[in-house]
Amino acid sequence: MMGAHQVIAGGAVTIRGLSKSFALNGAALPVLRDLDLSIHPGESLAIVGPSGCGKTTLLRVLAGLEQPDGGQVLIDGRPVHGVGTERAIIFQEPRLLPWLTVLGNVTFGLEVRGVPKAEAEAQARQNIRLVGLAEFEGAFPAQLSGGMAQRVGIARALAVQPEILLLDEPLGALDAMTRITMQDELARIWREQQVTMILVTHDLEEAIFLADRVLVMPREKGTPPRMIEIVLSRPRDRSEAGFVAMRRRLMAEFGLH
Amino acid sequence: MALQSLDAPLEGRSSPGAAIRRRVGATARGFVSRYGLLAGFVLLWQVSATQGWVNPAVFPPLDSIAAALWKGLASGALLDDIAISLQRSGIAFAAAVALGIPLGLFMGQIAAVERALDPILQLFRQTSALALYPVFILLLGLGEASKVFVIFWATLFPILLATIGGVKQVNRKLVEMARTFGATRLTVFRRVVLPASVPAIFVGLRLSATTALLLLIAAEMIGANKGVGFQVMNAQYNFQIPLMFAAIFLLAGLGLAANLVLVLLQRRLCRWAEVQR
Repeated sequence: MMGAHQVIAGGAVTIRGLSKSFALNGAALPVLRDLDLSIHPGESLAIVGPSGCGKTTLLRVLAGLEQPDGGQVLIDGRPVHGVGTERAIIFQEPRLLPWLTVLGNVTFGLEVRGVPKAEAEAQARQNIRLVGLAEFEGAFPAQLSGGMAQRVGIARALAVQPEILLLDEPLGALDAMTRITMQDELARIWREQQVTMILVTHDLEEAIFLADRVLVMPREKGTPPRMIEIVLSRPRDRSEAGFVAMRRRLMAEFGLH
Repeated sequence: MALQSLDAPLEGRSSPGAAIRRRVGATARGFVSRYGLLAGFVLLWQVSATQGWVNPAVFPPLDSIAAALWKGLASGALLDDIAISLQRSGIAFAAAVALGIPLGLFMGQIAAVERALDPILQLFRQTSALALYPVFILLLGLGEASKVFVIFWATLFPILLATIGGVKQVNRKLVEMARTFGATRLTVFRRVVLPASVPAIFVGLRLSATTALLLLIAAEMIGANKGVGFQVMNAQYNFQIPLMFAAIFLLAGLGLAANLVLVLLQRRLCRWAEVQR
């Protein structure tokens, strides 16, 4: 277990004047407008907001899957062009290759990056153990539950030892009970792996539970996003008074009670 | 835990002999429910032919068909027919696979190529290969070439279209996932697109194998002097009805064998798809 633990110095993200629009019926629909943001190495940032606020677009730009119209993203001071080895993304769906076993899927990212098979498998096994699936490394995705499949997705992302972990509503498709267990898992993994974690979610509680800071993206495109610091000790307790107060405050940001 | 302790005494009560008898019984029931109708059909044929319920000159009893089959095989005459038939359909099928799968993989990947080629492919596919056989005879003569070519023509399209379909229905999200790990186009193709298309390709292969035998018979009925299809026609001309049926059953057997080989190959290659069921 200790072998998987590696202190990563990098992982600082700087976003400068980022803009992105999509074409809708011939008209440009702005999704991100002149966004500035800076994320420290090893920080956990949550991005929350209603559907259509641009949070997923922001994450996809960070991942290098979308090109911004203006502005730039810097990682450890270097501008980002496309996908990169220092970032790994965890999607809402586990996106496992159904013809590969759990081990094969976790090894996949490493093999794509040219890591020799034996070394890749050793590293994959460590990460499979990290997400608690050691007994299932020979199982095929069709034999796994939703939560287990998502753990495989997490192990696959961690196996390439990224500095920055991008999570796009990773627990959104899971049932409430599994989601809470997986939030505990993510908190533990983030603590042990010391990666920068950028999490897009629509679950305010999840954001408070996992993040150091929460970026609140409003529905109205004119209003700039607001950053809210979560000053709660870790590990966090969902029922503690400070947590509940934080939750109330975040809900008020969206006019909810 | 509770369930196990409830089950244990029940298992202890029954003797191993009873368990074996139960298992044999279940296997027999499974066999009857699957092959019962087939056995009934065979039995009905035999009884109606021997009892004279049908004209035995048209439907000879199965034992005389079996005798004709055995005689043909033992003398080597039918073996020659099988060999030449397998050669014709085998070459044509192999050529269709060798051209259809790579071309389909290429066309499925590149939308512009697929768009440009699709109308003409649809036209060719909808034109019956049998209707084109006279054209092929004109072009290639009445020998082996036209026979192989007509089978090739008919088997190419199911493989090609199934492969294109397989490539096009590959989950884009899996492709995107591979890209986030820095996979090149070639790696995405090799590690994602190709394995994801295999089940669809097999659907095309199995369809084509059936078509190959169908066209084989038609081709051998015109201007051939050897082959299982020729034997069907020839035996009928000479009123050797048991031999005719022997050749027909041989064709059915070849079809079943071809399908079985493909099913086994598919199981080997697509163990993961099996797991889902």
